[in-house]
Amino acid sequence: MSSPVIETQRAGAELGAGLDALELGPAEPRAPRWRKVLDSVLPPLGGLALLLLAWMLVVAVYHPTTLPSPGAVYSSLLDSWRQGRVQEAVGTSLERGGLGFLFSVLVGTPIGLLLSRVRFLRRAFQPLVSGLQSMPSVAWVPAAILWFALSEGTIYFVILMGAIPSIINGTISGIDQVPPLYTRVGHVLGARGLKMARYVLLPAALPGYIGGLKQGWAFSWRSLMAAELIVTSSTFGLGLGQLLDQSRQLFDLPGVLGGIIAILVVGLAVDLLVFSPVERAVLRRRGLLVSRD
Amino acid sequence: MASLKTLRATPHVPAQSAAEPAVSVRSVTKRFGRGPVVLDDVSLDVAPGEFLCLLGASGCGKSTLLNLMAGLDRPTAGEVRVPGHRPALMFQEPALFPWLTAAQNIDLALRLSPKGAAKAARRAEVERLLELVRLEGAGSKRPHELSGGMRQRVALARALAQESGVLLMDEPFAALDAITRDLLHDELTRVWQEMGLTVVFVTHNVREAVRLAQRVVLLSSRPGRVAQQYPIDIAQPRRIEAPDVAEVAVRITGDLSTEIRRHAQPASA
Repeated sequence: MSSPVIETQRAGAELGAGLDALELGPAEPRAPRWRKVLDSVLPPLGGLALLLLAWMLVVAVYHPTTLPSPGAVYSSLLDSWRQGRVQEAVGTSLERGGLGFLFSVLVGTPIGLLLSRVRFLRRAFQPLVSGLQSMPSVAWVPAAILWFALSEGTIYFVILMGAIPSIINGTISGIDQVPPLYTRVGHVLGARGLKMARYVLLPAALPGYIGGLKQGWAFSWRSLMAAELIVTSSTFGLGLGQLLDQSRQLFDLPGVLGGIIAILVVGLAVDLLVFSPVERAVLRRRGLLVSRD
Repeated sequence: MASLKTLRATPHVPAQSAAEPAVSVRSVTKRFGRGPVVLDDVSLDVAPGEFLCLLGASGCGKSTLLNLMAGLDRPTAGEVRVPGHRPALMFQEPALFPWLTAAQNIDLALRLSPKGAAKAARRAEVERLLELVRLEGAGSKRPHELSGGMRQRVALARALAQESGVLLMDEPFAALDAITRDLLHDELTRVWQEMGLTVVFVTHNVREAVRLAQRVVLLSSRPGRVAQQYPIDIAQPRRIEAPDVAEVAVRITGDLSTEIRRHAQPASA
């Protein structure tokens, strides 16, 4: 049965299997998980420790009246925590920031898609969108107060004005970064219109879009804090910005610094716990994540 | 042009058969905007089941011609006809979608094809195609986890999934190393024979053209014209280093060099 042709084919198959194995190389042993976590957690903790040390040193040497010690800030935060004020403010602010962000995504994404596909609209509006993005959204506060009075509407308006432009721009740049080869392949495979968008353009634009969302969140959070610092009223809940402003009015410097730290930690936590894992998962699946170990 | 007439190669006259050509190019001229003429009055028929190589130096418009056949572009004048399904096209890069696994890439082609088979039927077809390109078991891998040769085989399986019967290939193996390329030549010849495909294969590698094709079409450069055609009557499977392949390749390379040398002369006009 073994004709020369079949023999040749079998030899070819074996050669191919050998080549594939050689090119792929042996599976590299992966570092244990605890090791990776330790590697990524230890350096920032070290940096934080150094900063705290410098702060304590300054307080110990100069005894400044305008700078409380880390310990004083810590006990002030602890007090607020025991009273439940910090948790409540974090909850209120996260709710506002999250809702504002979601609404910005719902508004910004379709506008971004439209601007990226319709040339005339893009030429007409992209400069404006970029201008709005670089404009500090706190500049909208006076106008928002006149329109919506001292209400949560004012706060939400400022968030939207801060986040929507950056989500529009993120969507546009995500679509722009799609390699033309992918759309050509989609065309050859027979994808047109909506199918092209669903099977080719949107998945291809995902990494850039997620980058835009991440930036959109950062803008939401910043805008929210700016708005909360200025817009205070007993008619609606106390956010982190308002907590911070209260401490200022009471000349409670440890409270002010504690508030700043809380704002920093919440912004960082959302980025680390929500956006970074999603971004890493998407990039890893596409082989775009360069592991540094 | 005069020098070409002295060559020993006999111009190939396609046998007049009743069958409609799988690809028919009639007096096609192509220029982009007001740029120079890329293709000048090119006429070419590809018979069903034929393996044809388009050969030429840079600027001969071979990729442009292929894009016209694929329907990615329209001729300025003349007509390109590909009866039946939209032809499949392979690029120099595998161009697999990185957010899909190998199997999902193939499945997408099945899903987007006009037949649009049901999920279970598609899954069986994906398995069959993976087996055909000898990648059984690699379906769940993502493109970045595969070697260059494996990726190009997935791209071949994806092109075959279109079931168009006409496969257009734009220097698909140019970026691969020599051993992998030899192997893929064998695979392509096998698949072509097994499936009775019509293949139009663009390359600037003369030996590759002679290794694969039943007919080699040499295009001149700037503008692209059909300069010469060569029937290759060597039995398949051929070996790229075999003396009879080398002999034909030497002859065609001579013609190609003559064609390229024309451009070295100072422009008189």
